[in-house]
Amino acid sequence: MSVAVQEADFDIGAEVARLTSGRDDIGAIVTFTGTVRGQSGGRAITDMTLEHYPGMTEAELERIEAEAHRRWPLQASRIIHRIGRLSPGENIVLVVTASAHRHAAFEAAAFLMDYLKSRAPFWKKESRPDGSGGWVDARDTDDEAMARWESLPAGTTAR
Amino acid sequence: MTAHPASPLRILYFAWVREKMGRAEETVEPPGDVATVADLVAWLKAQGGEYGEAFARPEIVRAAIDQTHVKPSAPIAGAREIAFFPPVTGG
Repeated sequence: MSVAVQEADFDIGAEVARLTSGRDDIGAIVTFTGTVRGQSGGRAITDMTLEHYPGMTEAELERIEAEAHRRWPLQASRIIHRIGRLSPGENIVLVVTASAHRHAAFEAAAFLMDYLKSRAPFWKKESRPDGSGGWVDARDTDDEAMARWESLPAGTTAR
Repeated sequence: MTAHPASPLRILYFAWVREKMGRAEETVEPPGDVATVADLVAWLKAQGGEYGEAFARPEIVRAAIDQTHVKPSAPIAGAREIAFFPPVTGG
């Protein structure tokens, strides 16, 4: 288990290799990568700036990761979230989950992203070509996505 | 107020709450009858000016005490650090 909050980009292959190196108890690895879209609400954006709450961000990501390990039999996991100014097409977030079997890895990755989006203290601000910009509004669908996990006993599947 | 002396409280602001406040953090000394996060928000909002702007719609401002999410009803006694911010938008 480990989390990182950083300005630098990440290398998905290197992160997976680090989790699996020297191990033969992993049968399934799921990676999720979130990237910056070039438009938002039908309007072009030139870049996006991610602000966070240093200290709480890491603590919250560690709490979310520990909860995933409590719910599923994971051999390893990794969460990386970037901060600072990012351009369309750039990576924002990486979640890697590794388990003996695919279901735990798939579900834990979805759970981690749903919880991260509703609980990790990051805020996105978009800039547009005309120099305007604004803070991205939170979406109710993100809270609903998290809530579906809360009504389920640990280790069961959300459908 | 000898029974409940005001004690300094470190407050942090993020995203548009920070922008409306015009600063990222400050130390305040709320009166002793400010017991919960909701009390603190109401007291800050009543200061007017930038506080009135930042807390114009207190129901959309989220809070954390000592880097853990809390509800408006959470007591602030013993808090070292209270943060106010919009709903999060990472990922």
